[in-house]
Amino acid sequence: MTKEHTPRTSFVARNPSVLYLLMALGLFTAVVAVLSEATGVGLISTSFVKTLGKTLCLCLIAIAMDVVWGYCGILSLGHFAFFGIGGYAIGMWLMYARTEIIVAESLAGQVIPPTPQEISDAIGNQIFGVVGSSEFPLIWAFADSLFIQLAFVVLVPGLLALIFGWLAFRSRVTGVYLSILTQAMTLALSLYLFQNDSGLRGNNGLSGLQNVPGLADSGQDVVSLAFFLASALALALGYLLFAWITDSKLGNIIQAIRDDESRVRFLGYHVESYKLFVFTITAIVAGIAGALYYPQAGIINPAEIAPIASIYLAVWVAIGGRGRLYGAVIGAALVSLLSSWFTGGGAPSINLGFYTIQWVDWWLVLLGGTFVLVTLFAPKGIGGLFDKLVRKS
Amino acid sequence: MTSLLEMSGISKNFDGFQAISNLSLQIGEPELRAVIGPNGAGKTTFMDIITGKTKPDEGSIRFGEDSRSLIGMSESEIARLGIGRKFQKPTVFEAQTVRENLAMALKNPRGPFSVLFYKKTREGAARLEEIAEEINLTDHLARPAGELSHGQKQWLEIGMLLAQSPRLLLVDEPAAGMTAHEREHTTDILKKAAETRAVIVVEHDMEFVRRLNCKVTVLHEGSVLAEGSLDHVTKNKTVVDVYLGRSDAGD
Ligand SMILES: Nc1ncnc2c1ncn2[C@@H]1O[C@H](COP(=O)(O)OP(=O)(O)O)[C@@H](O)[C@H]1O
Ligand SMILES: [Mg+2]
Repeated sequence: MTKEHTPRTSFVARNPSVLYLLMALGLFTAVVAVLSEATGVGLISTSFVKTLGKTLCLCLIAIAMDVVWGYCGILSLGHFAFFGIGGYAIGMWLMYARTEIIVAESLAGQVIPPTPQEISDAIGNQIFGVVGSSEFPLIWAFADSLFIQLAFVVLVPGLLALIFGWLAFRSRVTGVYLSILTQAMTLALSLYLFQNDSGLRGNNGLSGLQNVPGLADSGQDVVSLAFFLASALALALGYLLFAWITDSKLGNIIQAIRDDESRVRFLGYHVESYKLFVFTITAIVAGIAGALYYPQAGIINPAEIAPIASIYLAVWVAIGGRGRLYGAVIGAALVSLLSSWFTGGGAPSINLGFYTIQWVDWWLVLLGGTFVLVTLFAPKGIGGLFDKLVRKS
Repeated sequence: MTSLLEMSGISKNFDGFQAISNLSLQIGEPELRAVIGPNGAGKTTFMDIITGKTKPDEGSIRFGEDSRSLIGMSESEIARLGIGRKFQKPTVFEAQTVRENLAMALKNPRGPFSVLFYKKTREGAARLEEIAEEINLTDHLARPAGELSHGQKQWLEIGMLLAQSPRLLLVDEPAAGMTAHEREHTTDILKKAAETRAVIVVEHDMEFVRRLNCKVTVLHEGSVLAEGSLDHVTKNKTVVDVYLGRSDAGD
């Protein structure tokens, strides 16, 4: 009877942003690679390559945040904890393996070859000396295995999200209460890590992570470019994964849960399972993003996991525009780059005569003000303005 | 006609207010039933109890051939058993298109992974078109549900109910905010749906109920006051006193 049929368009036609993002990302990585110090052109410094690589990791966690918040309506203030856990998991291996090499070198000259116990003690001393210990805590049991620590990057955030989510969603904690609960989880984790006997070097955190064992001969210019490219690849794959998820029928269901979860129950869907799925998969992606970020940052400490970081994440996504993946990418890239420009002394101070605006102090005020303005006047964020332009043309 | 749903001795007290008291009711399959009663009689609460939204203090609810008890089941389990519900205030997912709204309701596996890997089928699309036609929304499939008129949203919600292919439909005030013409079409949809399943309709409008031409249950202060044909119950003196006497629909 009806002429119109279900549109059977392709995935790319339904999600044009996927194509644009992949093209932009490809072009961007090619330009950075060619202009980096690793290739000898050197127009882009190694430290700036690291900044850009870290920014890509922040974009990756931002799209995860957009899926859990923008699409599923769960304002998680805990995703930076998962990011940090990913960083710690890979950081433990980096630190252990590198210390092992240093210790082996320093003991190599001895007449009597050191026993394995002596080597282990020496490594322990090196790593835990700062917290007055030389014993390996239990959580370092697998630190010598890259493979196992890589598995932890995925498994620990995933399991923590699964257990936490199961407890929270099952009791039907929603809205602000859920946000507070996720923030409490983050705070608890951060406070625990601050303790010297946490086994993760207290507030010293893990350092020297930019030195990749086995790649000592390659300079930082090459290592940082490699991490930059790996981050770009991870962002591309993450974007594809989340575009596919949000485009699927599950994408419809989670948006419906965001808008009216009780109605979704009466359609026969077990809402808690959906939330748990989204919460967990985004936590895993956050962990992976963290595992790529911290080797580029070189250091991770408990302050990174403080609740404020997760709040920033929400701000990026809100400014970029919730419920559109490219919005999260734009928001995270723009705000985090601006933030390092303003707070890194890049932005010139403004002399008002009677007062000088130092951006290090005033950047947060500017960011907060922008956030308020965006919330009031462009609730769909930069991505929303973008949509308007595209529709007009 | 066998009994599909049996409620007996259901009571519910909200902080000292007896919303439902010792309510018993049976519905067959297929059957069309109208439930009427003054505001606050407990009609919506009655639906909340069947669908698991509200837990009753006492009583039993049994559903289907094997008389499964619905008490203690979650909302989604009850929905999957085959009980669909339309809310008094139309609730559709406004940010999504009419087609997406209907597709979410279509009877298909409900687990996250089957939904994630769900592929559109020809049968599903055909069923969706068929429902869209029945609820007069064929030309609006690609529109966001939020853009529909109030009456169209009501229809969409009824369409979502049909898409679920439930055995029992609970329809709370479907005609509210509809034009006379829309109401007429709504009665047709409900009567047709009731040819193959059980449908319980809560409605205030007497003309609407008369057009449904079915058995009527009058609810008052949370229990059944009278049951029978519309003519029968409208002759009942208590019914006239508590309800009809206060409206002009009893002619
Ligand atoms: N969750 C609740 N908490 C307290 N009182 C309620 C609740 N739900 C319904 N009630 C009360 O129960 C009575 C019956 O309400 P309802 O079932 O909505 O009536 P109807 O749909 O017949 O107009 C009303 O007085 C209402 O205020
Ligand atoms: Mg009501």
